[in-house]
Parts: sequence; structure tokens; C-alpha cells
Amino acid sequence: MNIHAIKAIYVFEMARMFRTLLQSIASPVISTSLYFIVFGSAIGGHMAEIDGVSYGAFIVPGLIMLTILTTSISNASFGIYMPKFTGTIYEVLSAPISALEIVIGYVGAAATKSIILGLVILVTARFFVSFSVTHPLTMLGFLVLTSVTFSLFGFIIGIWADGFEKLQLVPMMIVTPLTFLGGSFYSINMLPPFWQKVTLFNPVVYLVSGFRWSFFDISDVAVDLSLSMTFVFMALCLVIIWMMFRTGYRLKA
Amino acid sequence: MKPLDDRLAPHSASGPDAVIAVSGLSKTYASGFQALRDVNLTIRRQEIFALLGPNGAGKTTLISTICGIVNPTTGQVNVDGHDIIRDYRAARTKIGLVPQELSTDAFESVWDTVKFSRGLFGKAPNPAYIEKILKDLSLWDKRDTKIRALSGGMKRRVMIAKALSHEPEILFLDEPTAGVDVELRRDMWEMVRRLRENGVTIILTTHYIEEAEEMADRVGVISKGEIILVEDKTALMRKLGKKQLTLHLQAPLQVLPPDLRNPQLELSADGTELVYTFDAQSDQTGITELLRHLTEHGIDFKDLNTTQSSLEEIFVSLVGARA
Repeated sequence: MNIHAIKAIYVFEMARMFRTLLQSIASPVISTSLYFIVFGSAIGGHMAEIDGVSYGAFIVPGLIMLTILTTSISNASFGIYMPKFTGTIYEVLSAPISALEIVIGYVGAAATKSIILGLVILVTARFFVSFSVTHPLTMLGFLVLTSVTFSLFGFIIGIWADGFEKLQLVPMMIVTPLTFLGGSFYSINMLPPFWQKVTLFNPVVYLVSGFRWSFFDISDVAVDLSLSMTFVFMALCLVIIWMMFRTGYRLKA
Repeated sequence: MKPLDDRLAPHSASGPDAVIAVSGLSKTYASGFQALRDVNLTIRRQEIFALLGPNGAGKTTLISTICGIVNPTTGQVNVDGHDIIRDYRAARTKIGLVPQELSTDAFESVWDTVKFSRGLFGKAPNPAYIEKILKDLSLWDKRDTKIRALSGGMKRRVMIAKALSHEPEILFLDEPTAGVDVELRRDMWEMVRRLRENGVTIILTTHYIEEAEEMADRVGVISKGEIILVEDKTALMRKLGKKQLTLHLQAPLQVLPPDLRNPQLELSADGTELVYTFDAQSDQTGITELLRHLTEHGIDFKDLNTTQSSLEEIFVSLVGARA
């Protein structure tokens, strides 16, 4: 394994985050804080508890998940798209490095940024609402798993995109709606029976549900199912990436 | 006269001194455009090989395929005995590439981007070596400068520093001096010679024929995806290079005497010069006979000089013959 190459890509990508600290960390933290002020304090104060959890605390896992989904996709897609856009991808393609090592470098860095951001938002949320994490290790596990899985998804988008518009298309048109409709701000038990069944086709439901369980011991779907669905999505992403490298799709002529 | 291909067949055999062996290499892009057609080529260890060809001839595709950036359609490439597909790690470790485009990370510093390249090629950090490269390329003072703040020439040097960062045994330079000033071009030529002295094999593509003429040991010409010639540069110039004898006449001539009319002899438009083209390798150049005829006709000349075809003229005639 070319450890030096993985490290080079990882360090390069992390350096990009520190160069754009305001955009990478401060911006998501500010927007999440606004969510807590509006939904947690202003509106949440008038909302009933959900399964014994105050509304302000109830939305914490959903908001963290919303942020790490979008930032994982954004970081990973941007990370691989930019070398394609500027032409510096030639160096990665001509280096003695395997597809797996390339993915570990780029996805590892994107996931790391998301995990850092998720933890920063967790701490930020604590300033607005009171809550505790019942299963901290499981919470960390879900955080890592989700960050890696959606960074893989972002990596796919970054390879697929042949313009900045496409880079934004999937996160804006698919991921954000799925996240908002995936139980970030409500329990799916609050929906009519028909929509409860429909919403089970939304993969984000399983992520938010599992993550919320690690906080409050309550979930919309079984934790095992949440975990399984996340692994299934991760496996799907890995297969697509493997096929992209095997065929050279939008990487090699 | 034999066809050109028969006289100058591309090298296909790989010998013990072959560091790159390309055999039967073809590349057809998804659009259907065939960029390479059954390319056979051997690059010798520690030589400077210049690959010449017009735009779209397949130079960059050939280099990109050897370096792993473009997938070959058919054929095989071995780099120092390592197949570029099956044994890509060993093959690529030996290669450094300076691409034609100035593709750099605008926001990185010179030092960081060169360090990144070294790591990418699997080498442990070696600040002393990177310092040496940067000093050799006159980049040391710019080591902390962001690349976007550098001039085009400096960026070109950074590209070379990145390609050399992992101590490659083979260096590809794709149009290395495109858009750089004369001074920098001379510096680069000097650097290329030093690299070769240190055991590095250099393959360069260029539009500047003078560059190939100045530096190359051997020259390859590619046209429409086919290697149409591979030859030692001096042998090529000797073989295909025409010599011209120019006689500066004492008095202008209106017209050539009938018995002097010959396709090899031309009278300049103002009638003051006679230009005689001959084969320098031939036993019978015809110069003695020409001078005798001139004396017989009382045509005196005050000066004479000879010139040899440049590589550029040879290249143009070769590619023109294939068109």
C-alpha cells in the first residue's frame, strides 16, 4: 500500500479545509445555530415533547445529520472535481497509486472534516438546548459511518460532474429534500400511515433514526435496520466507485 | 527512389538498453477518433529523445498512455521491464511527467506542491532533496510563494520540480518550453542536459525544432497517429539534409544559359545569386562540373557559401510527404 500517497492526498485536502476555515466550519456552525434559535428556542418552546424529549433537543441529531450529509457530499465532490477542473488530476492518475488508495485519501479527508464539523455542532447545540448522549460510542459510530458513506457518495458526484452546476445539482435537488423529509425535524410516527410507509424509502430516515437512538434511546425504525441500511448504501457507493475506476469513467480517456 | 518508410523504418526491437518499449500500441477515443495506430517505439536508456509532429499527430496521447493517464485500446508498453497495466506501480514510479498545460494548484505554495508530488509517488519526505531541486530550478526564493502569484515561466519550473520530486529515471517533457522566454528556454536545455548526465532518460515533444536539433540524440516523427521515422539526429540530418551552395554573382544574370538549366540550380529573382542544391553524401555532388560550366560561360562570382537543411525543413518535408 502506498501510504505516502494516501497521506499526501489526505494532508493536501485537510490543508484546503484550514485555508477555507470560514467556509468549512464557521458557515455551517452559524446556519445550524440559526436553526436552533428558530426551531429550537422560538418555535420549539411552543411544541410538545416528542417521546419524552423536548423539541429543541429532539432536532439536535437531525440537524447534525443534515449538516454532515451536505458537507460530506460537498467536501468529497469538490475534492475530486477540482483536480479534474484544473487539470491537476494528471498527477494522481500517473502516480503509482491504486483506486482504493485514491479513495482513502480523498474520502478520508472529506469524512474527517465532516466528523469535526459534526462534533463542533454538537458542542454548539449544547449552548442552546439541554441534552445528553445515551450511547456515546454508538453516536460516534453513526457519525463516522455516515460521514464516510456520504463522502463516498460525494466522491461519485465529483467524478460524474462535468460542470459546477452538476456539482450542486444532486445535493440541492435530492439530498437536502430527502434530509428535510427524513425525520430531521419530526418523528415519522407523526405522519399519516400512508406517508409513514412512503418515507421508509428515504434512506436518510434510517440515518437520522439510528443517530437519534444513540442520543435519546428512541427511534423510528430499529437500530439494526438503520445500521444495515447505512452499510448497504456504503457498499453500493463502493461498487459504483470501483466501476468508475475500472472503466476510467470521466477520469481517463 | 524507395518509399520513405522503407528507408527509415521505426525501431521496434527492444534491447538491453531499452528503457521504454512500445509495441503495437493503438488508441481510439470514444468519439471514434484514432489517435494512435500500431505504434512501435523503443526509447534507449539515458538518451534524449525528441518526438516531433504537427498538432493532433498523437504526441500527447502517446505520452499520456505511457504515463497511465489514457487507457490504450490495444498494444503493450513496458517501462524498464514493467508492464504499465499489470505492474503499474513499478512502471509509474520510474516516470516523471511535465504536461503541456500549466496545471497547478493555484493556492498551494511552491514547497507544499512539490512535497505533495513526492508523497504521491510513494517517496518518504526528503526536505534536503526538495531544497536541491528548487535551488537547481531557481525556485528556492519562491518556495513560500503561492503558485498563483508566479509568472508563467516560474510555473513551468514548478511543474518540472514536481515531476523531478520523486527522483524519476525517465522524464517526459511535453512541450516544456512553450510560452517561455529565450533565457528560460536556454536554462531548461541546460537542466535537461544535466539530468541526462545524471542518468535520466528524457523524452520531449516540442514544436520548436531548434530545441530538438539542439538537444536530442534521436528524433522520432509522428504523423496522424503513426510513427513515421525514428533516427539518430545527426544521421537523419546527414541522410535527409540537403546542402545548398549559394554563389553571389559579380554581375546580375537575366536568365540561365540553356545548358545550365537544371532542377538543382536556381537563379534568384534579382539575378544576383545562383543556388545549387546537392546531396552532401553523394560521391558526385556536381559542384566541380557546375563551376566549370560557369567559367565556360564567363559567369564570375565574388563569394560563395554552403548551408545545410535544418531539422525543421526535414520535418516539414517528411510530414508533407505523408500528407
